[in-house]
Amino acid sequence: MAVFPWHSRNRNYKAEFASCRLEAVPLEFGDYHPLKPITVTESKTKKVNRKGSTSSTSSSSSSSVVDPLSSVLDGTDPLSMFAATADPAALAAAMDSSRRKRDRDDNSVVGSDFEPWTNKRGEILARYTTTEKLSINLFMGSEKGKAGTATLAMSEKVRTRLEELDDFEEGSQKELLNLTQQDYVNRIEELNQSLKDAWASDQKVKALKIVIQCSKLLSDTSVIQFYPSKFVLITDILDTFGKLVYERIFSMCVDSRSVLPDHFSPENANDTAKETCLNWFFKIASIRELIPRFYVEASILKCNKFLSKTGISECLPRLTCMIRGIGDPLVSVYARAYLCRVGMEVAPHLKETLNKNFFDFLLTFKQIHGDTVQNQLVVQGVELPSYLPLYPPAMDWIFQCISYHAPEALLTEMMERCKKLGNNALLLNSVMSAFRAEFIATRSMDFIGMIKECDESGFPKHLLFRSLGLNLALADPPESDRLQILNEAWKVITKLKNPQDYINCAEVWVEYTCKHFTKREVNTVLADVIKHMTPDRAFEDSYPQLQLIIKKVIAHFHDFSVLFSVEKFLPFLDMFQKESVRVEVCKCIMDAFIKHQQEPTKDPVILNALLHVCKTMHDSVNALTLEDEKRMLSYLINGFIKMVSFGRDFEQQLSFYVESRSMFCNLEPVLVQLIHSVNRLAMETRKVMKGNHSRKTAAFVRACVAYCFITIPSLAGIFTRLNLYLHSGQVALANQCLSQADAFFKAAISLVPEVPKMINIDGKMRPSESFLLEFLCNFFSTLLIVPDHPEHGVLFLVRELLNVIQDYTWEDNSDEKIRIYTCVLHLLSAMSQETYLYHIDKAGYARPHTSPHLVAGMKAAVRGSHGKVDSNDSLYGGDSKFLAENNKLCETVMAQILEHLKTLAKDEALKRQSSLGLSFFNSILAHGDLRNNKLNQLSVNLWHLAQRHGCADTRTMVKTLEYIKKQSKQPDMTHLTELALRLPLQTRT
Amino acid sequence: MGTALDIKIKRANKVYHAGEVLSGVVVISSKDSVQHQGVSLTMEGTVNLQLSAKSYTLRCDMKRSLLAKDLTKTCEFIVHSAPQKGKFTPSPVDFTITPETLQNVKERALLPKFLLRGHLNSTNCVITQPLTGELVVESSEAAIRSVELQLVRVETCGCAEGYARDATEIQNIQIADGDVCRGLSVPIYMVFPRLFTCPTLETTNFKVEFEVNIVVLLHPDHLITENFPLKLCRI
Repeated sequence: MAVFPWHSRNRNYKAEFASCRLEAVPLEFGDYHPLKPITVTESKTKKVNRKGSTSSTSSSSSSSVVDPLSSVLDGTDPLSMFAATADPAALAAAMDSSRRKRDRDDNSVVGSDFEPWTNKRGEILARYTTTEKLSINLFMGSEKGKAGTATLAMSEKVRTRLEELDDFEEGSQKELLNLTQQDYVNRIEELNQSLKDAWASDQKVKALKIVIQCSKLLSDTSVIQFYPSKFVLITDILDTFGKLVYERIFSMCVDSRSVLPDHFSPENANDTAKETCLNWFFKIASIRELIPRFYVEASILKCNKFLSKTGISECLPRLTCMIRGIGDPLVSVYARAYLCRVGMEVAPHLKETLNKNFFDFLLTFKQIHGDTVQNQLVVQGVELPSYLPLYPPAMDWIFQCISYHAPEALLTEMMERCKKLGNNALLLNSVMSAFRAEFIATRSMDFIGMIKECDESGFPKHLLFRSLGLNLALADPPESDRLQILNEAWKVITKLKNPQDYINCAEVWVEYTCKHFTKREVNTVLADVIKHMTPDRAFEDSYPQLQLIIKKVIAHFHDFSVLFSVEKFLPFLDMFQKESVRVEVCKCIMDAFIKHQQEPTKDPVILNALLHVCKTMHDSVNALTLEDEKRMLSYLINGFIKMVSFGRDFEQQLSFYVESRSMFCNLEPVLVQLIHSVNRLAMETRKVMKGNHSRKTAAFVRACVAYCFITIPSLAGIFTRLNLYLHSGQVALANQCLSQADAFFKAAISLVPEVPKMINIDGKMRPSESFLLEFLCNFFSTLLIVPDHPEHGVLFLVRELLNVIQDYTWEDNSDEKIRIYTCVLHLLSAMSQETYLYHIDKAGYARPHTSPHLVAGMKAAVRGSHGKVDSNDSLYGGDSKFLAENNKLCETVMAQILEHLKTLAKDEALKRQSSLGLSFFNSILAHGDLRNNKLNQLSVNLWHLAQRHGCADTRTMVKTLEYIKKQSKQPDMTHLTELALRLPLQTRT
Repeated sequence: MGTALDIKIKRANKVYHAGEVLSGVVVISSKDSVQHQGVSLTMEGTVNLQLSAKSYTLRCDMKRSLLAKDLTKTCEFIVHSAPQKGKFTPSPVDFTITPETLQNVKERALLPKFLLRGHLNSTNCVITQPLTGELVVESSEAAIRSVELQLVRVETCGCAEGYARDATEIQNIQIADGDVCRGLSVPIYMVFPRLFTCPTLETTNFKVEFEVNIVVLLHPDHLITENFPLKLCRI
């Protein structure tokens, strides 16, 4: 095979740059440009803080923010526009007016500001649990003897008829005893399912039986601690039933002609629907027992809409009165809660019923302390303080329904009525849980007074203080009362003996303290918590609450120097002795730090504390730590490292990085961040010295370089290492550390053979070749400016790299190697220019070299001076031997490329041959001197090769030819005219 | 499946009054043509009474059946007697129950003390309206277990040997469950079952009457019953 010599085209980069460059048009003020620094204008709406609120609103305006997205908008960026509309007062007003409007249009829908039942559900299920055995009795027969039904002769037929409703399945008696709570829940879920199944299979009577049997379970108060949860489970079934019945009757009203609107009137319902509906009500009216009759009727309350307009408003008071027949106060209050729940859903405008339920409840309130209840508690072995907390879920719900959009006067009246009753702690608690926080907050001192007067034996006082604290976290009491409130409350809280009671209460009050007081008070509170929770390691049982306390404190102290000057903050952290919890807390702290710390810091208090926090996070990493967790921790630690700055004290900065490296050696992303930080530090130094290092700074920079050099090998990711070697090498080069730069590049070169064919990226194995190609191209660009070492041969780094590429095991069917060779050819062409495309100059940035750099003879002995690194162009000064060496390399590379093209002559590879051929052609066109005959001939051959088998894309070929013709018009390129004539275009037939 | 038969009566509630025409359609649905020897409608009237009596003045359950070869479909409908003439006058009744007011007590001394007060809004009832009233447990030494309303139908029939009387409980509704709050009125409310009640009827040798019993169960095992005769009518 003929050896083709290489002749690089001489390039005049400056002229090319000038001819290619787009004309710069000065930007007029106000013109749009995506990268133009813009000013975020905060819209001018003033934030009106609620009266008495001291909470600061964090504004994010900054005049130097460069946000390409926001500049599109005129003046106001979307975020500040949003901030403007999110102005609480304006928003509230807007919501208010829209609500009023909606209320006018349709007062039968509850607004989104009403906390729905579904929110309460989970909480109740989680809180009211039992370890005792439960039973489900699904047959009424066992009660027969007790009831007086047998006293009169009853015909068989009638009896069967009546019992049909009570019986679940003919002749079946299901009594399930000794169920655990989980079994019980499962059974109820099964019943729910069989209800749906029965309904779906058109067994309406069976469905009704199931519902009756289920609601009957609500009259059973054995295992009373579980009652609230039982209520939740069973009312779920009732809700299902109510929905099924309603939807069925609704569907009866829908015929082909019309669909019933959501707010229909009874006249729209047809007779069949009405009759079916009436049938349900008659059936239910004949249910023997009170409690099932009540619940089942309540569950289909909505169906009254089909019968008459006033149906619901007549039913609700009747059902309310019906509850009076329920003797057990707990069962009755839950029945009321259910009625209010259904009422709120179906007819929220009927407030009277809600109020009636409340006042009826007050009338029966004394029953809680009556003999019947007391006897029952003795039998079940339940103490009053654990019995009374069974009431709040139901009471809170009733109170919440009433107080929803209720006038102040009603709330005041309710409160007064509660005050008058004895043993009213329970009522007080529900008032505080359900009423508007503002209402409670403004009367805080009253409430504290009332709480103090409560009977100690009944409802636990710490729960009352907890409820009050919850309100104060949401709304602010009058300015003048604030300190007194805290003092009064804390006086009681601190006396609580049981650590659980204590922490549940204290946790809530921390928010109030943080909101209104200074670090001194917060410190006192934290100290008190530590004092209570340390004995007997009580903190071990209260990690969630302690965590909440930390979160609240962090949320209010954005200034970390203040936060860490709270003396008891760190001792508080020491209570988190379980590692997983401790790490969670550390994460929270770091998260807040990254979010809120605006300026880099060197505050020793912050550094010390956060290093400790980060170290805790880092030390939690072990072999079993998940990748995600590691990533998260690394992100947080990196965020911290980036925020540490000692200003001009670079040595201190470096020693901080040294310390960090020893602390965080197990997290690779942190090490990577540290290397980048150190490189940045070196470049900063260079900038400060304006490129001319003094002896001292030179030594410092070498220390930085050394830091990177010894850190990189400890990393695992092969491309991470390669890129960091390259990057650090560039930094070393820029700082005139030539031998160190050589060392980096050599290390990178010797690492290339280790690159595996497949690498793991985000858990997937992918071929590595494209990454390698990318890296090598980047590497070549750097190698252009790396000066040769006087003791090594010409272009020793390039040669070494070529050897490595040659020996690397490439994929069998890939052209990557050839693509790399093509790139090498580009590099070598660039290297043979008189003046290189770019240099390392004093300014410190590699950018097109604009001033013509004149050759000043061989300066190989002094490779760098005056802050500028001379590249080979200056060193060799276009020496012919150098150029000859260079060309020889080119020839070798070309030979390799041509050899490869030959091997692609097989059928299945023709397409690849064509595209590679064209790419090589383009390379020659761009970098080769086509006045050389042989090269010219080669390019013509390649053109033909590209088209030979019809694999070439005609459009590309046409474009290429057009380009050549255009180029030929340039002064030095006239020879291309002749070339163009020799390049035929294949026509497709 | 073959052929199906269905009877559709015009009125959705299937309630008719004497003298009215019952109309509707018989729907025969089939894939193929059906051979038949005629479609016939048969109507049967049955009176739901224990003692033999033939009377249509009552509300009756009627069956009619339709025969087409082997296919039969029955459809029940209800005949309401014509509304009674005359003005309806409510007749409220107040009551008080104490150990002393009770009759038929074996050992009055053993009874716990109690005082129940209440009223029925009317013992003259419109059959389509519920029975309403109130009951207040003013005091009771013993805990209350349950309060129930028992609706009883009394049928009296004159025959050769004199009178035959049959009392049937037709509905029992619990209005209080457990030891209800003292001094708080509990509503008395009962819907009359559609299929088991009719207007009160008195003829020379046949009577259908209704009564309601208020049954109070006390702990441990006392049963107190107070009886109120009712007069039902249809307007």
